[in-house]
Amino acid sequence: MTANTKITADLFVTCVVDQLYPDVGVSVVRVLRRLGVSIGFPGDQTCCGQPVYNTGYSHQARILAKRVLEQFKDSEYVVVPSGSCAATLRVFYLEIFADDPQLLTEAKALAAKTYEFSEFLVNVLKVEDAADCGASHEGTVTYHPSCHLLRELGVKSEPQKLLQSVPGLEQKELEGAEICCGFGGTFSVKFPHISEGMVTDKVANVQASGADTLVSCDMSCLMNIGGSLNRQESNIKVRHLAQILDVESE
Amino acid sequence: MPEIKTQNFSAASAEAILDPKLRRALDRVAEGFHVARLDRIEEVTQETWDGWKDQAREIKVHTIEHLDYYLDLLDKNVTAAGGHLHFAKDADEANEIVAHIVRTRNIKIVTKSKSMVSEELGLNPVLEAMGVQVWETDLGEYIIQLAEETPSHLVAPALHKSKEDVAALFSEKLGIPYDEDIYHMAATARMVLRDKFMEADLGISGANFVVAETGTLVIITNEGNGRLCTSAPRVHIGITGMEKVIPSMQDLSTFLRLLPRSATGQRITSYVSMTTGPRRSEDEDGPEEFHLILVDNGRSKLLADPALRESLYCIRCGACLNICPVYSRIGGHAYGWVYPGPIGAVVSPMLVGLPKAKELPQASSLCGACREVCPVNIDIPKMLLDLRKKTAESPDSSLRSAPETERILARLYAKLMSSPRLLKMAVKFGRFTQKLERMTPVFSPLTQDGKWIRNAHIPILSRWTRSRDLPTLPKQTFHELWEKELSRDDS
Repeated sequence: MTANTKITADLFVTCVVDQLYPDVGVSVVRVLRRLGVSIGFPGDQTCCGQPVYNTGYSHQARILAKRVLEQFKDSEYVVVPSGSCAATLRVFYLEIFADDPQLLTEAKALAAKTYEFSEFLVNVLKVEDAADCGASHEGTVTYHPSCHLLRELGVKSEPQKLLQSVPGLEQKELEGAEICCGFGGTFSVKFPHISEGMVTDKVANVQASGADTLVSCDMSCLMNIGGSLNRQESNIKVRHLAQILDVESE
Repeated sequence: MPEIKTQNFSAASAEAILDPKLRRALDRVAEGFHVARLDRIEEVTQETWDGWKDQAREIKVHTIEHLDYYLDLLDKNVTAAGGHLHFAKDADEANEIVAHIVRTRNIKIVTKSKSMVSEELGLNPVLEAMGVQVWETDLGEYIIQLAEETPSHLVAPALHKSKEDVAALFSEKLGIPYDEDIYHMAATARMVLRDKFMEADLGISGANFVVAETGTLVIITNEGNGRLCTSAPRVHIGITGMEKVIPSMQDLSTFLRLLPRSATGQRITSYVSMTTGPRRSEDEDGPEEFHLILVDNGRSKLLADPALRESLYCIRCGACLNICPVYSRIGGHAYGWVYPGPIGAVVSPMLVGLPKAKELPQASSLCGACREVCPVNIDIPKMLLDLRKKTAESPDSSLRSAPETERILARLYAKLMSSPRLLKMAVKFGRFTQKLERMTPVFSPLTQDGKWIRNAHIPILSRWTRSRDLPTLPKQTFHELWEKELSRDDS
């Protein structure tokens, strides 16, 4: 990547990262800055509305979606460190505003400039080598492709490509990688028994992978898998991809 | 219609998930189908496969948009071939059409090949009450008929039964020595059923497709029982949903490529049986009468709803069940009605009535795996979401899927997240209560290091922490970090 054309991107940090995993947001900012991106952070941002939208409360989701449309109206790029929240902005907003031509136009404009973190790095910044972000990692890592990133956004190879190029990092294969971890937003507390069954299998596969760290691009999935790992007193760490790329994070 | 137990989904699924035998059966069969399906796709290449899927979807979209035209055409061609086409608006009407034929033709013995629609109608009990012997002849259906159960999978109805279960069942019901050998068991069933095919007066079949341009009923089977049901008895009744009509034989070829590969991972099934009208004068065998009953039974509700219409494109291959992380843990019976899994969670609520089955669309993590495997690209997650919308904020309380508190919480959530100031206060309050909990655990005890909540006693939280830990709020939000340090660093 050439650093002479400075790219400006606004960060939609997501409510999960804001309130529970601020370090992930810090790593995102550091990695992007190292790649020469100028970062903006619209200060009034909160939640994209997905928790209410997925539970069927589209009126409430609309209230929150309108705020996001307004806040990122003038952004050149919007970077989201979550496949699920990026999918909300890019896919679900088009459904939410399908019946409102004015807002649908705005939603389409937002969708066109919204990128999940890993795809922004690979497809916009054209990062070929994670060493460009200054990344290095000693240890073994396995990757959980989160469902919305994979199936709503179609982002499959980008995170893998970045991980593969991290100096020192050894990737381990994850059995049943593309099977949902069982989070599913409110699903996890509406049907805890099914959700637990799903995360139990995911955790077993993570443990069987032999990796010391589980990486994903969605902290909500990692909250689920990590919460289960912690209950089982496992030493396996969970990390957002940005934390792996950001050497200073550890 | 058979008994509707969709209201018990929570309890039934909680019980099913603890059944290790069920899980083993699901892993073996559903996973086996899934793996074989992937092999077939690899064989023809993903690109070719995607092309077939697009073609199939196009045919389905076209047919469903012009359903009245194709039903008329089908009617004309079934009649021209000497058959009779009946439309049944609901289960009672369909059962009565069959009952009428049974009465007027003096039917005593019926053989049936696999038909999910007949399960949907609850046809067998109606016939048995008339004193008619009904024999299911698909091996899986025969097993569950003996066990007095219902199918738990669209294409493998006895999937939940192990070979030991079946051996014990055969021994008990047929009075034969216990024998787990699968070939021996199949031979036993064949011996029992072979006579019935010959004795039967009426054969009832389902239909995988009905071809409008020729009036042809098409079934695909692996056991040959379908062909015997449709040709040996003197009367043949085909029963299927009205959405199973396709325009032409050429269209059929597209679906014959997709259905076996999607369902069981076979390139083609052992038998593809096509029936056009009754026996003609030059035919050596075949029934004297051919009836085709097309059932609505709630399907016009799906047709009338643009958001749910595409559920009528379903060809009942079961691929979405096999891939579903929910179905593959709880099996089919927990869903409480004939059609389980992701597609069942869309179709059942509309067929049995949304108030009774409003919980089913909630029982999905919306992971999207079902959409990925669907051979006609049905967007199942989108329809599940649509049903959630229909049940979340409906003015009709019988439709609402959650207690009033959930609606209040959803509104509060939107209020809180609409106000950064309120959110900031809430986070501060949260941190404060965490401090209190750390000193005196009351509602949400923290782990020793203060980093996790464990075994909370607060509603909702407790449902998370019963087997998982929940991270506590860190000292600062990203907003606070940004304001304090990060914002200034931009160089």
